[in-house]
Amino acid sequence: MAQVYTRDMPVDIDATVMGNRRLSADYNVLAIDAPEIASRARPGQFVMMKTSRGLDPLLRRPFSIFEILRDDGGAPRGVSLLNKRVGGGTSLLYQAESGARLACLGPLGRPFEPVDPPAEAWMVAGGVGLAPFLTLAEALHARATPTMLFYGARHAGELYCVDRFETLGVRVVLATEDGSRGAHGRVTAPLESALSRRPLGEPLKLYVCGPTAMMRACAALAASHGRACDVSLEQVMGCGLGGCYSCVVLARDDSGRPHHTRTCIDGPVFEASRIVWDAVDAH
Amino acid sequence: MDLSLNIGSLRLKNPLIAASGCFGYGVEYADIVDLSTLGGVAVKGLFLSEREGHPPPRIVETPSGMLNAIGLQGIGVHRFIREKLPELRERRAVVIVNICGTTLDEYVEVARILSDAAGVAALELNISCPNIKEGGITFGCSLTGTHAVVSAVRKVTRLPVIPKLTPNVTDVASFARAAEEAGADAVSLVNTFLAMAIDVRTRRPRLSNIVGGLSGPAIRPIAVRMVYECRNTVKLPIIGMGGIATVDDVLEFMIAGANAVQVGTANFVDPFIWSRLLDGLRRYMRDEKIARLQDLVGTVDTTAREQAWISS
Ligand SMILES: Cc1cc2nc3c(=O)[nH]c(=O)nc-3n(C[C@H](O)[C@H](O)[C@H](O)COP(=O)(O)O)c2cc1C
Repeated sequence: MAQVYTRDMPVDIDATVMGNRRLSADYNVLAIDAPEIASRARPGQFVMMKTSRGLDPLLRRPFSIFEILRDDGGAPRGVSLLNKRVGGGTSLLYQAESGARLACLGPLGRPFEPVDPPAEAWMVAGGVGLAPFLTLAEALHARATPTMLFYGARHAGELYCVDRFETLGVRVVLATEDGSRGAHGRVTAPLESALSRRPLGEPLKLYVCGPTAMMRACAALAASHGRACDVSLEQVMGCGLGGCYSCVVLARDDSGRPHHTRTCIDGPVFEASRIVWDAVDAH
Repeated sequence: MDLSLNIGSLRLKNPLIAASGCFGYGVEYADIVDLSTLGGVAVKGLFLSEREGHPPPRIVETPSGMLNAIGLQGIGVHRFIREKLPELRERRAVVIVNICGTTLDEYVEVARILSDAAGVAALELNISCPNIKEGGITFGCSLTGTHAVVSAVRKVTRLPVIPKLTPNVTDVASFARAAEEAGADAVSLVNTFLAMAIDVRTRRPRLSNIVGGLSGPAIRPIAVRMVYECRNTVKLPIIGMGGIATVDDVLEFMIAGANAVQVGTANFVDPFIWSRLLDGLRRYMRDEKIARLQDLVGTVDTTAREQAWISS
């Protein structure tokens, strides 16, 4: 990671919540009025959200941009976030009501680079790891790149927005750990058999986001099948701008030497083969 | 309106400085903050060579604050001069380099190298990082160690020398005095408070380094008290910090005795804080009819309180 991705200037908006769609007892989609961010965002980028107005929690939280929201004329109006309630900050975002104001800084981070046809794009999502893929699917659709989504969750009730991907022409393969929808077990099983069936002469790139164990397994599959693979990493971040060095991951540079590399500005998207997976905290 | 101040031979246009370790090498913020509008930029702590720092997790939030154990990851002084300093110069930043060492010789060597580099305005001696095992805080926790580092660096540089003091001592003012006697041009305080947080389900420390440094609004009242104690003990300019997040916090530190301040953790929350603080200072000066901001320094009025104490 010799060069730092030069970003568009991020902006901080005291943004109004336009809507909060609760998908389940834990998941919601929060719509935020932020035209300046929506118009600059690229697939896989993120925003830093202040989840409270006071000191608790003190720091912002990173969230993938889930959707670019557009007004009737098609102009970018805002962004939405796919939120899973896990702690104090995410609970506040789960509860947020329309009209509430939250500081939103973005867009941030190195985006996905969508491949062009004849290459295919295979997206692999686990749980809330679905978040960066809707914007990527739109970019791929615009390039007419044939696209698949392998999407796994614990049970059928935690598979969201599948129709949104289908509308974009994405072929969707589902898996649930309890077998309540799609393949029974981990999503890496159907991924592996699809990889084995695909002739090497037909180009393909994997894009992966989800729990560490899943990303690591996908990285290994991509390597053994000789496929390019990008992962979007989710680390605890202090600032999102490269200031604090708290979100580092051990990643190899061009000479193969591993360094603690900032996820916020050198990622969140990394080539999977650069990551030293043994050093990544499982979560 | 005059917001300027002097630290040794260095003139700062205003008292707002980005705190070391909380602003990267400055260049990370160059696109969103006009670096030339800050009083100064204290860049991330530098050793002679590159360091990888501690494995993650490196931070954890605590009430009104955070713990960090970054472990002084850094690119080393040579790469800093090659890769970062030219852009900082171009952006007309007043660059205060935070320097670290595992030995006295390393502090001296890093100071010497930086003194020959164009574009360095001052040296802040980090003798107070709680997150590394060797060097650093072991100097900052001993009066003779503090004196030794400051006088050794003093001998090899004409740049202003600013030892950064740790709050993890019983009497911080005595360390300010040791620094003054050793020829420091100013002192900065406080670095973070050694602290710990534990996950009660796994019973594991929340930081890979087990312990870390507490910063943010949680520490502000202790830091203010320490600045006040130092003001009563030394004549040196004082750069105060610890939990500053609003203009009132800046003013509180200055009234307690700080000539300038640094902002660390609050910059993570709001990277656009600088213009807000600057506007706030100007507004306060207008409202309170203060022409020279330095006239505010150390003006805390303790007489009424002391009288109440005597008559009680
Ligand atoms: C993530 C982080 C990294 C830090 N790194 C350094 C450093 O490299 N050198 C240093 O002297 N202080 C370092 N500090 C301490 C700050 O410069 C400052 O003294 C402290 O955080 C108190 O100020 P605050 O409450 O405004 O953050 C660091 C603090 C944080 C939170």
